[in-house]
Amino acid sequence: MQYLLMIYQNEVEYAKNDAATAQKLMAEYQTFTQGIIQSGNFKAGDRLRPTTTATTVRVRDGKVLTTDGPFAETREQLGGYYLIEAKDLDAAIEIAARIPSARIGSIEVRPIWVYDK
Amino acid sequence: MTPSEIETIFRDEAGRALATLIRLVGDFDLAEDALQDAFAVALERWAAGAVPDNPRAWLVNVAKHKAIDRIRRQAVFRGKQQALVHELELNAQTVDEPALTLDDDVLRLIFTCCHPAFAAEVQVALTLRTVCGLSTAQVARAFLVGEEAMGQRLGRAKQKIRLAGIPYEVPEQDALAARLDGVLAVIYLVFTEGYVATEGADLMRPDLATEAIRLGRLLDRLMPDRAGIKGLVALMLLHDARRAGRETTAGDIVLLEEQDRSRWDRAQIEEGLGLVEDALRMPGRPQAYVVQAAIAALHARAPSFEQTDWPQIAGLYEVLLRINPSPVIELNHAAALSMVDGPARALDLVDAITARGGLRGYELLPAVRADLLRRLGRKDEARKAYRAATDATQLEPLRRLYARRMREMD
Repeated sequence: MQYLLMIYQNEVEYAKNDAATAQKLMAEYQTFTQGIIQSGNFKAGDRLRPTTTATTVRVRDGKVLTTDGPFAETREQLGGYYLIEAKDLDAAIEIAARIPSARIGSIEVRPIWVYDK
Repeated sequence: MTPSEIETIFRDEAGRALATLIRLVGDFDLAEDALQDAFAVALERWAAGAVPDNPRAWLVNVAKHKAIDRIRRQAVFRGKQQALVHELELNAQTVDEPALTLDDDVLRLIFTCCHPAFAAEVQVALTLRTVCGLSTAQVARAFLVGEEAMGQRLGRAKQKIRLAGIPYEVPEQDALAARLDGVLAVIYLVFTEGYVATEGADLMRPDLATEAIRLGRLLDRLMPDRAGIKGLVALMLLHDARRAGRETTAGDIVLLEEQDRSRWDRAQIEEGLGLVEDALRMPGRPQAYVVQAAIAALHARAPSFEQTDWPQIAGLYEVLLRINPSPVIELNHAAALSMVDGPARALDLVDAITARGGLRGYELLPAVRADLLRRLGRKDEARKAYRAATDATQLEPLRRLYARRMREMD
């Protein structure tokens, strides 16, 4: 099965990290990503730019409405994701728990609705 | 065979048959529907005299074929389902499955229903519905919610099992310890609902208590090296052994201090005591269920209420408070201490819990307080507390008990 692991953390808090802490976290992410590539679980994954760069689009009565910022104001923001292949939810949770930011923020695990071609 | 006899067999066998079917077809709803189909066939054939030697294996087999029919009937026939039908047909001939496989299936089902991806309440509801075979209406009643709401909640949970890929298996050894705690908690919740119902006219729901004990025994047989499991089974057996003494024929509560101890189930007590001793001998840190069972064992061994070893019971509650601190255990500790040091000291402890804001809304708190005040002869305050206790419970026999206590003080 495929799962999207959505990485949430407070980006304001995160921005306060000093260079050494940020570098250490990056290194941990590299090790983690290499790990799931080698185990065959990795399908895709990237880090997102902060929510200050986000634009939300809605179409109402045929008119395109854009607003500055993310869809919802929350304490933690979506900061990145992994798309993985895993045997079942337990395997996906096990991988999610190894994402470095799981210690700081939270990881939402959502099964992917894979359409049959 | 009469329809009601068939119904009884079906009730006894449905849980385990369903667990096996879920393993075979991998879908809760399909398995449930297929089993209902099989039951319809059973009503017809068994009533005509053709009762199989092994009804459970028969039900599994017929349901398996019904599941195949149901998959075939579905309009969209995808490759995956074709493979499933093929696989089902391959092993569809075998009639006799060894009993242990069926028990393993139940165990798998318990672990699936108690998966930590579900909220605690959903875990209990799913277990009651699926493992214990309660109807959605019965589960709804246990949770004090409407049948429709419960149906939706159960539906969402079953959908999550399928769509989120919650595994239908007993977890690997390293994950087992953590997951087992949740399973034991669910079994104990099923038991406590059977021991003292949340609401309604009847104090007890013996069917739930019996089912919880059956599940506990099953776990103990499959994992005999876990002290926590033995402790829980012992605890349930020792509590349940008092069943016949706990109410009058009119359905009124008989308190521990008034119970006719000759009515307690001695065989069940012996079994419980044996399990407590086994659990206490096992290595490792003391487990909360084992300590609770040890407390129940002291009650079971006591020849009378007065001759109960209260100092040791109070001591065991202190051990329990260290392992697993909670205001409910503090309350029990206070009640036990009142038998050692008198009600005044216990009342101080109870008021201290209240002052800290603990147990707000816990319906037995005013009852314990009322009891201590009554024993101290502070009648007006006791009456007030009994009234508060009456307002706090939805259970009729408890309300009658509080009314009786108030009358006795006049």
